[in-house]
Amino acid sequence: MSMPHAANLPLWAAILVAAFLVIGAGLTLIGSFGFWRLRSFYDRVHAPTLGTSWGTGGIVFASMIYFTVLELRPVVHEILIGIFVTVTMPVTLMLLARAAIYRDRAEQNPDVPVMEPARARLEEASTGSETGSRLQNGI
Amino acid sequence: MTRFFPFPLLLVSLVLMWLALTSLSLGNLIVGILVALMAVHGFAALQPSRPKIKKWHLVPKLIGVVLLDILRSNIAVATIILQGRRRQRKSGFLTIPLDLRDPTGLAILSVIITSTPGTAWMDYNSARGEVLLHVFDLVDEADWLDTIKNRYEHLLREIFE
Repeated sequence: MSMPHAANLPLWAAILVAAFLVIGAGLTLIGSFGFWRLRSFYDRVHAPTLGTSWGTGGIVFASMIYFTVLELRPVVHEILIGIFVTVTMPVTLMLLARAAIYRDRAEQNPDVPVMEPARARLEEASTGSETGSRLQNGI
Repeated sequence: MTRFFPFPLLLVSLVLMWLALTSLSLGNLIVGILVALMAVHGFAALQPSRPKIKKWHLVPKLIGVVLLDILRSNIAVATIILQGRRRQRKSGFLTIPLDLRDPTGLAILSVIITSTPGTAWMDYNSARGEVLLHVFDLVDEADWLDTIKNRYEHLLREIFE
């Protein structure tokens, strides 16, 4: 089987592939930018999920369209990338999040992001100490 | 039957994955089934809980709702990041009491919440059935509570409980 050549791609498919690639890569870039710009750990945790959701999704779609059109047969195994990224990402995120929460509670820092308004800070302080005592009871 | 073929759904998924990653042929099918059988027996040795999907017809609905919501929150979170500090934003923690107890249902809920940009699953208290979330744009707490409880938990309870 000869290597499919991008020049053989019809215009409509090229536009679709390019659009999905730009969307996927753009979302991943914005996610990385947010990861760099945001201040607190808990805020920063949200930004990379752009890359792991539709960031990955866009690139996966682009790849599926490209190879399906060029090879004249359905190419769908890229979907596995999306599934595995989606299923494994929460494990990493929860590990990091729980480590951060544990550290904040151990430091008596009532696990509040720096830019919280005062009211939420108070609420958080009460729930934080409550969960802290539950932690000490070993629950 | 279940002794030789525990976790039939996992077995079928693994065979399909093998075929997708190689190519459709009888040889690949046989090797794929052998690999899947080994994997399934290895998995059974871990004695995981057996998820029971009771309402199959709701699974595509759940997938559709989730994919659409993830798309919408991608746009929302990307907009917030690009606006930078020009926009007043309040992020914070949110405790949600859950009625869902099925471990598989909870695992799927955690995947949904974590995959959705803007919400992150932080901690789960199994004794009280409460989940601690962190929400990136916590404008309306009641709105988030309503989304998690009525959109996802309701569907998951119907599917698994």
